[in-house]
Amino acid sequence: MKKLKISIAASAIVSMMLLLNSCKPKNAGSAVSSDAAAKSYVAPGKYDEFYNFVSGGFSGQMSVYGLPSGRLLRVIPIFSADPQTGYGYSEETKPMLNTSHGFVPWDDQHHTELSQTNGEIDGRWIFANANNTPRVARLDLTTFRTSEIIELPNSAGNHSSPFITENTEYVVAGTRFSVPPDDANGDVPINTYKKNFKGYISFISVGKEDGKMDIAFQIICPGVNFDLSHAGKGKSHGWFFFSCYNTEQANTLLEVNASQRDKDFIMAVNWKKAEEYLKAGKGRKQTVKYAHNVYNEKNHTATSEIRTEVTVLDARELKDICYFIPCPKSPHGCDVDPTGEYIVGSGKLAALIPVFSFTKMQKAIADKAYEGEYDGIPVIKYDAALHGEVKKPGLGPLHTEFDGKGNAYTTFFVSSEVVKWNIESLKVLDRAPTYYSVGHLCIPGGDSRKPNAKYLIAYNKITKDRYLPTGPELAQSAQLYDISGDKMQLILDFPTIGEPHYAQAVAADVIKNKSVKFFKIEENINPYVSRGEDATKVVREGNKVHVYMTCIRSHFSPDNIEGIRAGDEVYFHITNLEQDWDVPHGFAIKGANTAELLIMPGETQTLKWTAEKPGMFPFYCTDFCSALHQEMSGYLRVSPAGSNVALLFSTGKNIPKADTAVAK
Amino acid sequence: MKKYKIFLAFLLIISSLVACNNASDKSTATDSAAPAATPSGGQEAVQDDISAKDVVKVAASSKDHSILVAALKQADLVTSLSNAGPFTVFAPTNAAFEKLPAGTVDGLMKPEKKEDLQNILQYHVTLSAMKAESFKDGQVLGMVNGDNVTISIKDGKIMLNNSAIIIASIPASNGMIHVIDGVLLPPAKK
Repeated sequence: MKKLKISIAASAIVSMMLLLNSCKPKNAGSAVSSDAAAKSYVAPGKYDEFYNFVSGGFSGQMSVYGLPSGRLLRVIPIFSADPQTGYGYSEETKPMLNTSHGFVPWDDQHHTELSQTNGEIDGRWIFANANNTPRVARLDLTTFRTSEIIELPNSAGNHSSPFITENTEYVVAGTRFSVPPDDANGDVPINTYKKNFKGYISFISVGKEDGKMDIAFQIICPGVNFDLSHAGKGKSHGWFFFSCYNTEQANTLLEVNASQRDKDFIMAVNWKKAEEYLKAGKGRKQTVKYAHNVYNEKNHTATSEIRTEVTVLDARELKDICYFIPCPKSPHGCDVDPTGEYIVGSGKLAALIPVFSFTKMQKAIADKAYEGEYDGIPVIKYDAALHGEVKKPGLGPLHTEFDGKGNAYTTFFVSSEVVKWNIESLKVLDRAPTYYSVGHLCIPGGDSRKPNAKYLIAYNKITKDRYLPTGPELAQSAQLYDISGDKMQLILDFPTIGEPHYAQAVAADVIKNKSVKFFKIEENINPYVSRGEDATKVVREGNKVHVYMTCIRSHFSPDNIEGIRAGDEVYFHITNLEQDWDVPHGFAIKGANTAELLIMPGETQTLKWTAEKPGMFPFYCTDFCSALHQEMSGYLRVSPAGSNVALLFSTGKNIPKADTAVAK
Repeated sequence: MKKYKIFLAFLLIISSLVACNNASDKSTATDSAAPAATPSGGQEAVQDDISAKDVVKVAASSKDHSILVAALKQADLVTSLSNAGPFTVFAPTNAAFEKLPAGTVDGLMKPEKKEDLQNILQYHVTLSAMKAESFKDGQVLGMVNGDNVTISIKDGKIMLNNSAIIIASIPASNGMIHVIDGVLLPPAKK
């Protein structure tokens, strides 16, 4: 093959770059109008109007921002161990990261979903998915902490999750990677995908009062890639919609091989019908293994339980729970408008956006307007379910949110823009560029029945020159648009943690007044609590030493500990005696090969530390707590293994004789 | 690679076309309910003369693609093609454009024909970066405009829609460019 002649004129290219560059300020400037600063300005000491809960992607955590300022308020550890808080390192929190694969200290957190009542955000909990080792977490919005994590059997790549039904009856999880079921032999040739690989979707029930999660049932579906999902609402309550790609069932080079068909599917699931079949005993009990981890705020301790059974409904046998609707070109986003009538499927390779009508879909099912079956699942005729198509909306549609005024906002990755369009007329109304290559977007309440559409946030995948350069790795950029008028107006860029995917936002009033300020010490039932300094002690049990320690401004009790021997496992059970807002104490000891502890007022947390060798080991408070924070420290003496140095502990006095201290 | 020639003046012209795309016809985010991608200074404007070149920059550095590059600019496709991709771009040479009936290109470059031009150019782009050796006889590619292109392979030559032949393949940072000797025309609207 002939090589193309490429004229490379270095000086010309340099001049081209200069020209390219010379155009930039004008462009960037023109997209931001002069009142942007005022619109995103929140004065010092004033609160933001909205909380924005942003998935952390490969950080495994969730971050919380204030809007419109873009201030980072908090990073909440969920699926990744967090040495700065001790989450996943303290004895109390380690069980949160237990799985059927053992302790898994990292994951990839993609989507966040606030709990709802009657289709409106109720501010009680927020759910988060883990992609890699499939899990769903529930976070408590009074403490902004992870309360519960449940693992998903028969799954791999939990992507279409954690979307909820309109009363938070269920949170769902659909497998991105189809795999052989957990009770089948997974040791099969990869090219037997079509025969052996299955796609499971999970319906996790959520306790009405306590939020407790339980896998109510799973549905076994054909082996495809389930991508995203959203529940029906209002008239379509009782249904759930999942986008699926790779209906080619390719197992290699999906970049090409999963893009062959003109249409993949949106899968509509009649979960009310599935509940009926479940009640009627149509489910199969399948032996599996998955972890269920719960954090108890009374004893400040997590427990992990391995469960061994799920009930599975077969979509191929129970013909009226799952239906496929053809959707062009590898649909990604699957979004339902506030009325519940319209389902928007965004084929990331498609040149249009199809909008499906729930009413028409119901009629098509009643009329059996099917074009056939796909692996035993009825396929509804495209036109029979179609409300209409948005023509030439942009390139690479991904995700859609709604303003509750009849409009939809869709992100376009390839053409790097957000496009506003009218759901009824399917007409494009406005478009705004993003910098650069937007993925998800968020409108407060934008996937609920009651959007609060003052702002839109675009979460971009490419940052390049948006901020001062920081080497090859750059913070991912979010962009805030004012959408209160007819036209979108870019008002702010702000950097984010990890890689944000989906995010949700809600008016601050829904959450802020319920926020816990500290834990009541008298309610602390941790087995190792010291409710006062007089309760502190050091107890040896063989080579394990339990240190019952307290901290309060500005000392630890005890702060002198002797009689520890090399090889001992020392458990520092530290209770923060403060009963005051925003006075955590930290605890760190020299040589700890794990992390610190950050102990909230009224809480007890435990750090396991192994005495490796004889010597003197200072410990100290890591969270600047008071004017005498630097004095808040102590010493732990380690003697050789087999030493007979007596176990001694004290605060504020030097004990003359070993036996008097031991007798305490 | 054969000899490099220096087309300084030419490149300067192309450069200015590409560079000022945004400045000249895109000003605000508020006047833009146009029916297709509306660049407002995308990644093409990032100052970076070290990283591997994207498909637009590769095309802009070729003397044989000045018509294509000017057309991409006129169709507001520079921003999209400067983004992450991955793209496969079938890039007709100037000679390929000149094979079209006289006046065709000039006609398409008129503002009122912008949608037609976008349709034709988007018919030359597909998502996913495909190497020449990955094409198979009879393969159907879904193009960005929504229509399909069919591949045929005869005597080692890769043909598109039996009307254009791939004459060179060049990797770019965000995809593959396959230089073709004919312009692909999308099927007439149903």
